[in-house]
Amino acid sequence: MTIVLKDIVKAFKTDVVLDGVSLSVDKGETLVLFGPSGAGKTVLLRLIAGVVELDEGVIEIDGRNMDGVEPEDRGIGMAFQNFALFPHMDATENIAAPLTAKRMGQQQIKHTVEKVARLLKIDHVLHHKPKELSNGQKQRTALARALSGEPHILLLDDPLRNVDAKLRFEMRLELPRLLKDQEATVIYVTQDYKEAMALGDRIAVMNGKGIQQIGSPFDIYMSPANVEIARLFGDPVINLLDVTPERSSDGVQIMLSGQSLVIDDGYAQSIGQSCVLGIRPEAFHFVEEGTQGAIPVSIETEAPLNEKTVTLALTKNKREVMISRPAGAPAPSSGTAWIKVDAKNIHLFDRQSGLRIDPLKTQQAQGAA
Amino acid sequence: MESVNPIERALRGIAITLVILFFMFPIFWIILMSFQTNETILRMPPSMVFTPTLENYMALITGKLETSAGILEIAFMKNLFNSFFLSTASVAIGLVLGVPAAYAFARLKFKGSEDIAFTLLSFRFAPPLLVLLPLTIYFQQLGLANTYGGLIWVYQLIVLPLILWIVRGYFEDIPADVEYAYRIAGHSWGATFRKIALPLAGPGIAAAALLAFIFAWNNFVFALVLASADKQPVTVGALAFVTASGIQYGQIAAGIVLSIAPTFALALYAQRYLVEGLSLGAVKG
Repeated sequence: MTIVLKDIVKAFKTDVVLDGVSLSVDKGETLVLFGPSGAGKTVLLRLIAGVVELDEGVIEIDGRNMDGVEPEDRGIGMAFQNFALFPHMDATENIAAPLTAKRMGQQQIKHTVEKVARLLKIDHVLHHKPKELSNGQKQRTALARALSGEPHILLLDDPLRNVDAKLRFEMRLELPRLLKDQEATVIYVTQDYKEAMALGDRIAVMNGKGIQQIGSPFDIYMSPANVEIARLFGDPVINLLDVTPERSSDGVQIMLSGQSLVIDDGYAQSIGQSCVLGIRPEAFHFVEEGTQGAIPVSIETEAPLNEKTVTLALTKNKREVMISRPAGAPAPSSGTAWIKVDAKNIHLFDRQSGLRIDPLKTQQAQGAA
Repeated sequence: MESVNPIERALRGIAITLVILFFMFPIFWIILMSFQTNETILRMPPSMVFTPTLENYMALITGKLETSAGILEIAFMKNLFNSFFLSTASVAIGLVLGVPAAYAFARLKFKGSEDIAFTLLSFRFAPPLLVLLPLTIYFQQLGLANTYGGLIWVYQLIVLPLILWIVRGYFEDIPADVEYAYRIAGHSWGATFRKIALPLAGPGIAAAALLAFIFAWNNFVFALVLASADKQPVTVGALAFVTASGIQYGQIAAGIVLSIAPTFALALYAQRYLVEGLSLGAVKG
């Protein structure tokens, strides 16, 4: 089942939440809606489910306009962020809700519920009421309810938000397989960039009333459309430095603490303009003193984060930078150190608009001209 | 609460005792009176020592009131039945009309919904006496005066706003997502109303029904004006005890005991519904 959204507009009273959102999701694809809270992700999901009414625009499921189609007739399975279990029914009845709607036989319902419950490891709590379930069990029950009817479309609204870290980690590993097995078209909402990268075939980044970028997790991480998206993806957060590219004998350069960093010729259009340089913490590496282009920094503090170690350092101009390296890799832990960045791993953004400056695009444009 | 100091606890105990005494003493005294004859009730000074008698209850049940002026026919049992029938029927109709309306007001924000809801509530603002006079005339013209149907209709003025507003609050407290989830699972809104909204608002509906029953039961003025003897509830029927030969305090007391018994029993029974929590921990708050 494909989902196509065209120019969706939705406002609550005078508060415009979505303004001209267009999106299409292919059959069997998992699309992650990612963005900070208040970006309209949940509203978009509810519009697709049909429980919130559209102001303008068209929603098509499998080519069919959903205008006036009741939620129960859309063939959708949905898991809510707040679980929304039926408090007066036990887990079995909760999970069976989509099956009773299809007027399935008792025996078949029992069989299906048990199958889904085994898959999600809640078969031992099937006779518990929601209030007797732990948060993790509630979340799995809600997910089981969304899956049991084997819908062609699954809408998952941040289902891992309210569960503990361990379970979230486990589910992040299990969910992709589970979703693939369903062969359903999935729209998954999350605020966690790791979850987005782990689960999405594609990610749609929502911010400020609309979608700012759609692409594969790799694309979004490697070429974020603007500063905001660059900040949202990555932990620790990307280093952002105000710079002004200059012309040099080798092409285009950026001065960092008195050291020249020669960047792609494609950035030539930005010479003399106020820009923001984005360097991911892992793009920095420590080098020996005296290495060509090495930037001196004084190390402030170091934080080991299990699989990696993050160093906070100050440049000569008292700008803070974060440097990340795999845990165990040797590095100075105090005093002055020298760091270097590969010019290929930088991102340049226009300071005014925040938009990414794409060196390839300008090169092609120039080539065409 | 364990660390409350003893003085505070003692004061609190005294306060609670005073409140209980204040509210329970009249009931206790009425029960005592119902087992006494008029003579022992009226003696000075009053005393708690007397020989209990079932005379009052016997008079009420047999419908024969012995006074110094002779035997008087009273229809207390008939009145009790009227009270019971009028209240039950009014609440039943009130529920049938009020619960779906309350759901509509809670869930569907249609044009003018607040105004309609408020208008229904405003029926409770008007003093009953204000509407009684025109109502009496209309009822006589329509042939509704002194009929059960007419009384039950008027009782909706008392019962319907109460049910509507209490139940509406309970429906609003049900997270909309729970209902959405049921619909997305493939059920119609009718099924969602029956299987999700009604059971979850159950305690609220029970509470509203109980309160409405008590209000209907205690109503005096509508029945006094719009019904004659054979349709009158106990509240009006009790006037019969004010006889030519004096006020029959013993019978009045017995009548009160009999007439509060059903509401009292109902309140005791429904208490668990009133106390029971509504949202049972399914939605993380």
